[in-house]
Amino acid sequence: MSGKYVYQSSIWKEEPEADNPFAARVSYCRGYDVYGDVLKKASWFEYIYLMFAGDKPSTQQAMLLEKLAIALANPGPREASVRAAMNSGVAGSRNAASLMAALAVGAGQYGGGHEVFISVNAWETLGTDLDAWKQFLTNPNQGYEEDIWLPIEHAPGFDPNGESCPLPLKQTLEHLAEISSGNTLRWLLEQRETLEAHVGYPLAMSGIAAAAFHDLGIGSHQASMLHLMLRLPGAAAHALEQRELGWKTFPYYGDSITLKNDPGFRDAPDVSEFNL
Amino acid sequence: MSNNQLLENEDKLETSMGKAYLCERVVMRGKDLHHELGGYDWLKFYLFSITGREFSDAQLTILNFFWVATSYPDSSIWPNHVAALSGSARSTASLSLSAGMAVSEASVYGRRPDRKALDFFYRTGAALKNGEMLEKFVENELKERKRIYGYGRPLASIDERIPHTLSLLRELGLDKDFHLNIALDVYRYLKKTRGLSMNIAALYSAVAADIGLTPEEYQQFMTPAFIAGMVPCYQDARDRPEGSFFPVRCENIVYSGQAPRVW
Repeated sequence: MSGKYVYQSSIWKEEPEADNPFAARVSYCRGYDVYGDVLKKASWFEYIYLMFAGDKPSTQQAMLLEKLAIALANPGPREASVRAAMNSGVAGSRNAASLMAALAVGAGQYGGGHEVFISVNAWETLGTDLDAWKQFLTNPNQGYEEDIWLPIEHAPGFDPNGESCPLPLKQTLEHLAEISSGNTLRWLLEQRETLEAHVGYPLAMSGIAAAAFHDLGIGSHQASMLHLMLRLPGAAAHALEQRELGWKTFPYYGDSITLKNDPGFRDAPDVSEFNL
Repeated sequence: MSNNQLLENEDKLETSMGKAYLCERVVMRGKDLHHELGGYDWLKFYLFSITGREFSDAQLTILNFFWVATSYPDSSIWPNHVAALSGSARSTASLSLSAGMAVSEASVYGRRPDRKALDFFYRTGAALKNGEMLEKFVENELKERKRIYGYGRPLASIDERIPHTLSLLRELGLDKDFHLNIALDVYRYLKKTRGLSMNIAALYSAVAADIGLTPEEYQQFMTPAFIAGMVPCYQDARDRPEGSFFPVRCENIVYSGQAPRVW
């Protein structure tokens, strides 16, 4: 081995080209030859699952991940992370900035990656114990300590601004529960109305995603990462759309912002000698 | 709950934080940005934007020192490393520095320890005011939470910033403040009982407690604290040949996973 610094990995292994130690001749992911074998035989979601979960998925698992990815791919332009990306795109910011904006906003506890993280942890701890879930959803901040994440303000996985469970969510939950080989999504489907009645508001897509990740055997950090990634296609597409449409058709909210402590107008300095 | 909160806030934002009356004037926290705040030093202004409060010259001097003294132009330091990799990959300046700033919200250094250490000093201060003994509080903290943020340092045993910070605090007359002395007493106790060192997160957080910053305010203040150290690292990598920032050989990925298998 040459070079002083090494990276440890149980995911990735490379064999170098004979003429260049910095170029890979063969790359293995979890033991599979990526370009010689996986490229020809695997689907993208099989490969993604392999990377995060460590093993090749069953047909059902790959299908569940792919269908979840469709459900998450575009939350639509009303959703905060997509709006953030559009705000970037409309003014011609870098494409990476649009995705960074979507990631930062989509990382949050209201519908975002950290809510999924909290919920997957809850699935791992509570399983399908209805009473334990009711207790957790009533007080999700039990044991909270000071942190960069503030206490969550609603029952994780549910939408405090909802009235009833919207049709797309019901459709998603029903379909994912139907194709899943686990029992988390099926239990959530059966208990949805009971849990919604308990918390007082409907299930959210983050709650469905967390249940799906748990059925896939994917842990909370991996689930949070995948949730962040799988929602980026919509953010990217809408950012690019707004870039094309331009700022003149994009909402500017200034007229709707009113001050409660306006000190009032004062004349600008006299710069008349500059003949502006 | 219901959608009432959404309906009530649709097309309406009443705020005391500020507004830009474009082509006319700008207000921040009830003050005219250009008439009343335009003469502020940027750091004083940033603290006003975070808290709406004014700080003494001594407080501003030490808070300014926090930023200067944590800006290490060394590309081995993780946020700087990110900025340098970005420069080496020929990304843009703003993306590179933003990425470095985002990763500074870390768990083993940076923003998470900052907040947790500050919380510790507020809780310790409150306990001492209630007559609790420091040693007992520290032991209880270690028993319940396993660690005290700010004590022990991941990569080095001596924090070179500490003598400079204490010297400046003494010069500014801030060295007798309540939480700072708790930090020093905790250090003396942990050094004696466990051989632990104190890192700068403890000292800075204790000073932030004496200044009265909340954990949220303190995190907002410290968010750009490393950025002046990132810039030279970004520039240096950007000015070298593409991809030449500490290149890694294939064989320097040390693999410990599954043996080769066929799909």
